[in-house]
Amino acid sequence: MPEIIKKLEMRKITKKFPGVLACNNIDIHINSGEIVALLGENGAGKTTLMNVLFGLYQPEHGEIFLNEKKVVINSPRKAFAYGIGMVHQHFMLVPNLTVLENIALGFTSNKIFKLELNKVRTKIDEVSKEYGLSVNPDAYIWQLSVGEQQRVELIKVLCLGANLLILDEPTAALTPQETDELIGLLKIMAKKDRSIIFISHKLNEVKAVSDRVCVLRNGSLVYEGTTPEHSVSTLAEKMAGREISMPTLKEKSHATSPILEIKNVFAKGSMGTMALDGFTLTVNRGEIVGIAGVSGNGQKELADVINGINHIESGQILLNDEDITNKAPQKIINKGMGYIPEDRMHEGTIPSFSVKENIIMKDYNHPPLSKNTFLQNKIIENYSSELINNFDIKCPDNKTSCASLSGGNVQKVILARELSRKPKMLIASYPIRGLDIGAAEYVHEQLLEARSENIGVLLISEELDELLDICDRIAVIYEGKTLDILDRDIDTKSKLGLLMAGIKDEKKVI
Amino acid sequence: MKKKLYNETIYRLLIIVVAVLSALIVGAILLLIAKANPLKAYYVMFTEPLSGKFGLTEILVRAAPLMLVGLGIAIAFRSGIINIGGEGQIMIGAIFGTFIALTFPNLPTYILLPFVFIASFIGGAIWGGIAGWMKAYLSVNEILSTIMLNYIAFQVYMFLIRGPLIDPQEVSYGTGVPQTALLSKNAWLVRIIPASRLHAGIIVAVILAILVYIFLWKTTIGYRLRAAGAEAKAAKYIGVNVKNYLVLAMLLSGGFAGMAGAIEVCGVHHRALESISAGYGFSGIVVALFGGLHPLGIIPASAVFGLLIVGADMMQRSVTVPASIILAIQGLIILAIVSSQIFFSNIALKEKIMIKLKLMKSGDKDGS
Repeated sequence: MPEIIKKLEMRKITKKFPGVLACNNIDIHINSGEIVALLGENGAGKTTLMNVLFGLYQPEHGEIFLNEKKVVINSPRKAFAYGIGMVHQHFMLVPNLTVLENIALGFTSNKIFKLELNKVRTKIDEVSKEYGLSVNPDAYIWQLSVGEQQRVELIKVLCLGANLLILDEPTAALTPQETDELIGLLKIMAKKDRSIIFISHKLNEVKAVSDRVCVLRNGSLVYEGTTPEHSVSTLAEKMAGREISMPTLKEKSHATSPILEIKNVFAKGSMGTMALDGFTLTVNRGEIVGIAGVSGNGQKELADVINGINHIESGQILLNDEDITNKAPQKIINKGMGYIPEDRMHEGTIPSFSVKENIIMKDYNHPPLSKNTFLQNKIIENYSSELINNFDIKCPDNKTSCASLSGGNVQKVILARELSRKPKMLIASYPIRGLDIGAAEYVHEQLLEARSENIGVLLISEELDELLDICDRIAVIYEGKTLDILDRDIDTKSKLGLLMAGIKDEKKVI
Repeated sequence: MKKKLYNETIYRLLIIVVAVLSALIVGAILLLIAKANPLKAYYVMFTEPLSGKFGLTEILVRAAPLMLVGLGIAIAFRSGIINIGGEGQIMIGAIFGTFIALTFPNLPTYILLPFVFIASFIGGAIWGGIAGWMKAYLSVNEILSTIMLNYIAFQVYMFLIRGPLIDPQEVSYGTGVPQTALLSKNAWLVRIIPASRLHAGIIVAVILAILVYIFLWKTTIGYRLRAAGAEAKAAKYIGVNVKNYLVLAMLLSGGFAGMAGAIEVCGVHHRALESISAGYGFSGIVVALFGGLHPLGIIPASAVFGLLIVGADMMQRSVTVPASIILAIQGLIILAIVSSQIFFSNIALKEKIMIKLKLMKSGDKDGS
């Protein structure tokens, strides 16, 4: 077992990449039993700094001190030997092996051809008992939910004897419930004298979990201090380097003319079960309607069937009083439907295509962008440059591939495309997920702008704050049904939370 | 912007030169083992073909079918399909074209030749389309299906030129060489340089390369085709029927390989014979990759490969090494070029090297 980490220090760490200074002379430290949040926008250097600590990168300058002794960490194996473990943003698990086998992979053994599965099994039992982490060692990884997979990653790191845990954006893919569970767990770990570095850009979580916070911006440490001293908004300001105010709805819309009507829709999901089970909802012009719910309750299917990407079994969908039920996606698009899909990197854009080609994705097919099947390059050139300008998309030029843009800029490409087509209705699925706060602010401003232009907006999200900020009404989806529709003025967060878990106030009628 | 493009080109050329050089060094060891002088061998390989009319025209004779196959491969690749079935598609295309030419020997050239080419295109397209259809609707891996279809095509082709379509003269002389009768002159592609084998096929190929470029990058159909290949999920999102575009891509891919068959028949051999595909179906893949899967890159790439083939032939004759060594060296060069793709696709690696070469940042100042 590695020695207990009483204090770990990174001194004057500098790491360069071609053309970027990822970490610039950064000093941070952590004591045992402490939870330190490493906060920063995308590309601020958080992950790079932690990869240096975990031995994945070698810094150009700087040293690491463990319990006042200088150490050189040049591989993850070395890091583990010092008691440092890392849970990456993208899990490092083999899907078609069991939990037990995955954890056994990390163990070094003197027997070359034999995995000491029994030894590992006892170790897993020990660790799960100590922290109250339940997991079935014989389950296959592919059978587990994202939250459970994360638990496996944590157990793996703990089994390997890590005293210092680095968690890179651990909540990025978790549901709110799973996030709460994780936060509770981290606090227990800290009580048992483990140190935790928590990388995130979600301020509420940082507030909830950490003792101390280090804010990185453009590769430099710009602020360090104890968490309770600061409010979420001051942290946001430190992170973005400017004042951030998430826009909110000023007054409720009283719109009554329906633009999108979803009537008693039944549709199958990818597993063949009824993902939408009699879903009904109406969205009016100039109103933002939120869909709240734990993901996997039919949100993806709902967005897909509205856009004609999947077919429904029965029911009816009307756009602007026209039947669009099971119509081809191209037809629905042409009738004025906009869609910001959940998977912005692989559905909303084509990563290997240029920004220009991504901007014309929905309009390349008719004049003026194309004539008689020939693309009109000059017009496309002007149109895309104009949109890049209007939506402030940060890219070297319109020929840059979307794959090389940040998440926020990719989302801007999608917004630019969808909003510039002057849609009548816009479906936005998790539009700020994974975006840093500056980009999120921009997305919400644009959605509100769309609302003021009399566009109907359907906003699918799991984040209650997001929904409460900008929605006129919030519908709760549970197991493919509309469980309840709440008006903005009488909403409380707790009521939504209960509804999302499927618990409905019996006194209230839909 | 121009500057960036210029540096990009230098980088690509450098990487390819280094790749080819390292292949040649390994090849030199093989030559030494075969007791040949590598320096002399390579000197012959790279200078002889370029030093006379014979060599130059022969390079272009090889380049024409390579270019067509390469174009087809690039269309398939751009649509997310790896078409290994060029060989089979060439043979089916060749036999379709030959059949038309033998059936209507008296049609005037300007009618007969287009007919032959269209028939070859259709033949190759059917053969490629089968694999495309199986991938789209039955989820059959296209690498397996195209390879298997190569075997079937070869047997069908051999059966036809040994049996129903065999040259009647072969039967009457009793020699039985598997080849069809000589085509009527109306079906011959005109020789564009006297006393050489260079025929008009090379011009056809270059024109088609330009057309493919326009098709893929300047038309809405090409846009959908590339979108379906690059990211099927996003293509569905904008309403592209991805399955149909998969089939279309394989129809076109096979069709181009089929026309390569027609070019060999009408331009070089004037009949269908046993070794019609000459490995072009496979080397076409490398030509396509070497040309950056871009029609305008494939034009020079096919010429470079033509040089490799002709140069290797000449080297074999002049330093008298076994033919297998030549094949091994060709294989090495192909391996090196394919491996060097990592230097183009890995952006971090590329930046690192470009900075070392002073092609970026600091290099921008000295204006070179």
